[in-house]
Amino acid sequence: MSKLYSGAEIVFKCLEDQGVEFVFGYPGGAVLPIYDELKNFNFLKHILVRHEQGAGHAAEGYARSSGKPGVLIVTSGPGATNAVTALTDAYMDSVPLVCISGQVPTHLIGTDAFQEADTTGITRPCTKHNWLVKDIKELGKTIHKAFEVATSGRPGPVLVDIPKDVQFQKTSYIKFKKQKKLNGKVHNQFSQKDIDELIKLMSKASKPIFYTGGGVINSGPKASELLRELVSTTGFPITTTLQGLGSYPGEDGQFLGMLGMHGSYEANNAMHDCDLMINIGARFDDRITGKLDEFSPKSKKVHVDIDPSSINKNVKVDLPIIGDVAEVITSTIKTIKKVKPNFAKSNKQKISKWWEKIQKWRSVNSFDFVNSTETIKPQYAVQRLYELTKNKDTYITTEVGQHQMWAAQHYKFDKPNRWMTSGGLGTMGYGLPAAVGVQVAHPKKLVIDIAGEASVLMTMQEMSTAVQYSLPIKIFILNNEYMGMVRQWQELLHDKNYSESYTAALPDFVKLAEAYGCVGIRATRPEELDDKIIEMINTDRPVIFDCLVDKEENCFPMIPSGKPHNQMLLGPKDQKQNKITGKGKTLV
Amino acid sequence: MSKSKSAYSTPGKQGKFDTHIIVVWVDNEAGVLARVVGLFSGRGYNIESLTVAEIDPKLNISRITIVTTGTPQVIEQIKLQLKKLVPVHKVADFKREDKKIIFKEMALFKVVGNKLKKEKALKACKKYNPVILDKTNRSYVIQITALRREIDIMSKNLKKFGLASVSRTGAVAMTRGSEIFK
Repeated sequence: MSKLYSGAEIVFKCLEDQGVEFVFGYPGGAVLPIYDELKNFNFLKHILVRHEQGAGHAAEGYARSSGKPGVLIVTSGPGATNAVTALTDAYMDSVPLVCISGQVPTHLIGTDAFQEADTTGITRPCTKHNWLVKDIKELGKTIHKAFEVATSGRPGPVLVDIPKDVQFQKTSYIKFKKQKKLNGKVHNQFSQKDIDELIKLMSKASKPIFYTGGGVINSGPKASELLRELVSTTGFPITTTLQGLGSYPGEDGQFLGMLGMHGSYEANNAMHDCDLMINIGARFDDRITGKLDEFSPKSKKVHVDIDPSSINKNVKVDLPIIGDVAEVITSTIKTIKKVKPNFAKSNKQKISKWWEKIQKWRSVNSFDFVNSTETIKPQYAVQRLYELTKNKDTYITTEVGQHQMWAAQHYKFDKPNRWMTSGGLGTMGYGLPAAVGVQVAHPKKLVIDIAGEASVLMTMQEMSTAVQYSLPIKIFILNNEYMGMVRQWQELLHDKNYSESYTAALPDFVKLAEAYGCVGIRATRPEELDDKIIEMINTDRPVIFDCLVDKEENCFPMIPSGKPHNQMLLGPKDQKQNKITGKGKTLV
Repeated sequence: MSKSKSAYSTPGKQGKFDTHIIVVWVDNEAGVLARVVGLFSGRGYNIESLTVAEIDPKLNISRITIVTTGTPQVIEQIKLQLKKLVPVHKVADFKREDKKIIFKEMALFKVVGNKLKKEKALKACKKYNPVILDKTNRSYVIQITALRREIDIMSKNLKKFGLASVSRTGAVAMTRGSEIFK
């Protein structure tokens, strides 16, 4: 007879077989048997967070920067409910997470026991799938299946809820064998015919554009390399979504910058006027499309996505190609080489007028701002941070708001997995714990959370985690004392009624840093910024950098108010700035 | 237009709604119905009726039949979203008007009254395969099988014959002929 293991041991056997090296977690009554076994499994390092939401975001940061699934362990009741925000965030941004939660013993389920919550009920809409394991014999199989569901197809979070009595029960452990198929859910459904059709559209187009998203990054680093090859083979312009930043080099000439509500003028205009849009791994999010009725009216649309339900969800497309980005691009490049070896050359003439038009839009220089010698402009701060860190293979996380958009506009990425931001859910407080997770995955790399002072206070307690594990993360706060994006909308849409968007009693972030046992740095004037940033980079400990910036700077350009892509609102330098009126207000 | 200050777009033109019958084969496991129903409520899809029962105890498969309404785009999304659920094996979709498909619902009527009323009620049900499941001096329980709209009409018509209680199922569906849905 084979050796018997307890449920708690089986959890670790599974994690070991899955190649997990780090878990983020927080102990509690219903997971104590699991924590009791931790000492017996040396392959695993446990990172003790200060709040379960932090565990979730740290696991997300770990996953997005490493390409491996993030794992968290939380207790029943409040432990699980605290993780819900992070699970929802991961669900929206397609991040593979495996959450293991404790549950009250099976005989107490349904009795409103201490720290009981209907965890599988609560997390059903924010996970790809979840399981309540009531039978010890199912435990091993379930955890392996959980990893498979989290990482296959369009990745996402899953949760395994394990009652305390099951953690004590014993059974044998069957070693994990990798299976090929999951319940008949095939991911590559495209055929050579689709690829031929795509190439036909590409060779006919005179105003083409690539619109790529997080799917390229999720497909692995190879997909980003292939994308570069495809873009240079075709000579087409390319724009990426917020989540797609890094899949294509930010300083390349064919790159038009990010698109969408705060995207570049050239990217949005090109999206509007194009005659062929090739969407690779993006999902026509409402922050991208603006007014749907007038979204890119004259284009043929191709949509490459691994998730069939993404096709025609928001925008009707002409050619859907369902499959993994890397495989679709591989087939496309292969076919182009075979059928049209001189594609770029023969095509150059045809799209030269298109490029002229794009250059005209580009000359508007839409990310420009009026700099100051008196106060630090937030855009300037991000630009300096970029210039001083660009040669260091830096990993950037952000919180949510104006600083996030400025980071996306002014920090240029040339590799995938270097940019971690909460796009779909827009979770303030994401960046700091995410930076913890990124630093765990890349202990030698420079990891910076570009933050706002309001967001960062939501999960500030995780500084304590960073200090405990000597994770030298850098929290670069663009401090304007306002919830900046809220303040901006109130200024533009609500007649400057700044209702509750000013934080009147902020902590002294330098002293706060010292209280946590890390380093605090403050910059107040533009001329001292560079030196302070260099000081931050050279500090081999966690740093909170309090960068006091212009309090009333707005984030431009933006697509306002009931307007399509080609009617962007530009910054203060643009003389023809229109005021947003009536109908327009709804779309901001 | 009112001055909405929402952070989101205004709704576009609404397409025409069709009635569809969606049949879903699922693993019969804890919470599977909640997953399917939660998908509908979470994404704002309609459910007109829903029927579920295990059909294969050996393979542990249940068959869920859902009557829903939506634009063609919404119906397409419903199918694709359902197919993504882990316990879902296959999804079939039939238009209400489809002649190749049989739809049936069952209803139980309790009629309370004198003999004359009871007989009149039974007679009114004649077209819909009535079966008397229970009878007493003062009451009948009549079972009929029919289409949804027909049962709607019957529930109305039987009122004058002493209809005291109605219980009805959702729709079940099956293709005509020898073919089965794969």
